[in-house]
Amino acid sequence: MFSYYLELALRSLKRSPGLTALMVLAIGFGVAASMTTWSVFRAVSGDPIPWKSSKLFVPQIDMWGPKGRGPDSADNEPPNAMDYTDAMALMHAHRAKLQSAMYQISPSVVPADASKHPINVSGHAVYGEFFPMLDVPFLYGSGWNADDDTQRAAVAVISGKLNDKLFGGVNSVGRTLSIEGKDYRVVGVLGHWNPQPRFYDVVNTGGFSIGVEDVFVPFERAIAMGMPNDGNTNCSEIPSESGFVGLQRSSCIWIAYMAQLDDAAAVSGYRSWLDGYAKDQQTAGRFGWAPNNRLRDVPAFLDQQKVVPSDTKVSLLVALGLLIVCLVNTAGLLLAKFLRRSSEIGVRRALGAPRLAIYAQFLTEAGMIGLAGGVLGLLLTGVGVASVSWVLPKDIASLARLDFSLLTLTLLVAVVATTLAGLYPTFRASRVQPAWQLKSN
Amino acid sequence: MIQIKPILAAMRHHKAGTVLIALQIALTLAIVCNALFIIQQRTARLSRPSGVEESNLFVIRSDWADKSDPQHTDIQMQADLLALRQLGSVQDASPTNSFPLRGGGWDNFIKLAPDQVKMTTDAAIYFADEHSLATLGTKLIAGRNFTASEIGSQKPRDRLSSAQVIISKDLAQRLFPAGSALGKTIYVSADANKPSTVIGITDTLQAHMQSRRTPDYAYNAVLIPARLLDDGTVYLVRAKPGQLAAAMHDATKALYAQSRMRIIDRKDGVMTFAQVRQRFYKSDLGMAILMGIISVVLLAITAAGIVGLTSFWVGQRRKQIGVRRALGATRGDILNYFLTENLLIGIGGVLAGAVLAIGINLWMVTQFEMARLSLAYVAVGVVALLLLGQGAVLAPALRASHVSPVEATRSV
Repeated sequence: MFSYYLELALRSLKRSPGLTALMVLAIGFGVAASMTTWSVFRAVSGDPIPWKSSKLFVPQIDMWGPKGRGPDSADNEPPNAMDYTDAMALMHAHRAKLQSAMYQISPSVVPADASKHPINVSGHAVYGEFFPMLDVPFLYGSGWNADDDTQRAAVAVISGKLNDKLFGGVNSVGRTLSIEGKDYRVVGVLGHWNPQPRFYDVVNTGGFSIGVEDVFVPFERAIAMGMPNDGNTNCSEIPSESGFVGLQRSSCIWIAYMAQLDDAAAVSGYRSWLDGYAKDQQTAGRFGWAPNNRLRDVPAFLDQQKVVPSDTKVSLLVALGLLIVCLVNTAGLLLAKFLRRSSEIGVRRALGAPRLAIYAQFLTEAGMIGLAGGVLGLLLTGVGVASVSWVLPKDIASLARLDFSLLTLTLLVAVVATTLAGLYPTFRASRVQPAWQLKSN
Repeated sequence: MIQIKPILAAMRHHKAGTVLIALQIALTLAIVCNALFIIQQRTARLSRPSGVEESNLFVIRSDWADKSDPQHTDIQMQADLLALRQLGSVQDASPTNSFPLRGGGWDNFIKLAPDQVKMTTDAAIYFADEHSLATLGTKLIAGRNFTASEIGSQKPRDRLSSAQVIISKDLAQRLFPAGSALGKTIYVSADANKPSTVIGITDTLQAHMQSRRTPDYAYNAVLIPARLLDDGTVYLVRAKPGQLAAAMHDATKALYAQSRMRIIDRKDGVMTFAQVRQRFYKSDLGMAILMGIISVVLLAITAAGIVGLTSFWVGQRRKQIGVRRALGATRGDILNYFLTENLLIGIGGVLAGAVLAIGINLWMVTQFEMARLSLAYVAVGVVALLLLGQGAVLAPALRASHVSPVEATRSV
């Protein structure tokens, strides 16, 4: 029966090629616009570490107090990064299973081959627990241990890309690398690792980054060597001392912090420890205000930091609006098309076709338009995703991808949406009175 | 005289089609109004002046590979600048940390008194020397330029300390709305012992980023007479007219000839100011283009939908049209009938659409830090959609008006 309906549908679509083309175009454009903007939205709003994000927490401590917040901040949100004093206090207390303070660095690396220009790379100064905490994949070797942290060992973890550039891609563990003019021993080479959003340091990347993290060195080593912070520094008051050491003694915030807490008990334990710490600071006279801490997991922190650009959301909404208009348009045209065939329906019904058969026939026709629109939509989505770099900033555009799930979704949305748009016209068609139609002829 | 009653009576016979067209017009109006508003807001940003004479200007970012001591950096920077200014294709060059449209940089709170608790305003900090204004092509509207002897140097985490500063016109107005800022004292570093005297006021000069939170920040800039001895520096270079490409090539070569221990990124280490502008406004332009494409597609689809559905109605009513013609209705009457019918549906659609457009905008204001939709956009949208409807219905209506009275006698 289905093949019969297919044939009927094809014949009907061929009878009015203009109208058919119009519907297919509308569905194609509507679906393509929605899917292109969806591909961007999906990329920027995704969970960068889905298997673990609910166990990774970002602690925030109010070291600035109510005075340090801008005049227009209505909420009581504490600063989104940490100063050196508090970050060190949290590291030394070591209350979470795994934790790391970190800051962005941009050291120069001099290749062994003197004929090459030195290169600037970006990376982070972190603690050894950073790597197991974030499940960072290693190609060769591993991260460093707690002893390396405390002894400020000259060790480094480098990206696979930097390894290719400096060591020709061979296992370079144990070899030496010159960072800022000092020799470091390579202990690990990363596999491909480019989480987006950059959830471990949202404050410095704004969420997304096209750059690759090329080098990681121990936090305390970097501090000892005076490796300056390459990320943002925010101050509520000017540091009383100059230089990088002055920054470390100030309440300026420039350090990101992340802790792994495996269950609810650990979370509440950590929370009360934070409150206790802030209370101690208050008693000691460092904070002139009551504890005001936050402890959000990664998804909540990303949400609070508004990592998804509002342009992306607005584009998606407008594109969905276009799809809805296309569907209303298709519904109107299908209604016209179906009712024009009232006499045909009348004949079929008079010959004994039940309403269900009319439904099947016309929904098949709607579905076919949807399928054709979906195929057109696939092509247009391909064009759309390929050209987002033309209208979007590079760091976001590079995240939009055409993959199997997007292609499937495009077809599915086209067929389902068009069939839904065909529901009312089909309902009207099934209500056609056979007697009236036959009489009027 | 147009008869509205029979039209309304006829509409009752095809309610669903009428409602669908009206709904489509309403949604289209709501979306297009908001899209046009976004386009206008974004393109308004694109056409803001930077205060910089942008043609023939380019920017080199040079990072120091050895990161040696600041003194060495200072000597190297002076040698670099000398080399750049001596190039035949270069008109002038100056060192800085940042420049208009850079996309981020060092901002400071500006205060009028050392013990002031709240900032007066926020401003972009541009390090400059006596060549900076000429290189940027920015004019002084009051006071004087820095002299060579006033140019010092400082390390990045040192406090700003300069006895003289030049500030932008907008910052001057904001700090001293009552009178001239020239000769007045301001505090750029919150250090009670480091007041700065305003020795010059530039014409419009844009800050290095756009801040949505504090819109008046956009044109606040302070020029500090010093070389910033950071991990790297920016050189602004003005090429002689028509020699931009040559100057960009020469400058890079000259810098490497000065010292190889530097890093100039191959991709964006050297950029023309046109590229800087393009990068800065890319998301605004992109958003405007995207909204433009969607609006055009929307209007085309709505127009096509009206053509399609009206054609169907004309086909359905050929017999009735024939009867009317046989009873003496002119072609004009038939044409009018369909135009009026479309106008009535259109008016219903645009009324609903106007309400929807404003509703969507109000919701977006709460969600996305957007401005309130001006009613002029709704008015323009309403007129545009009614005209679009009339235009779309014209072809099928003309076809209807050509239905011959003979059709009345045919059974189908």
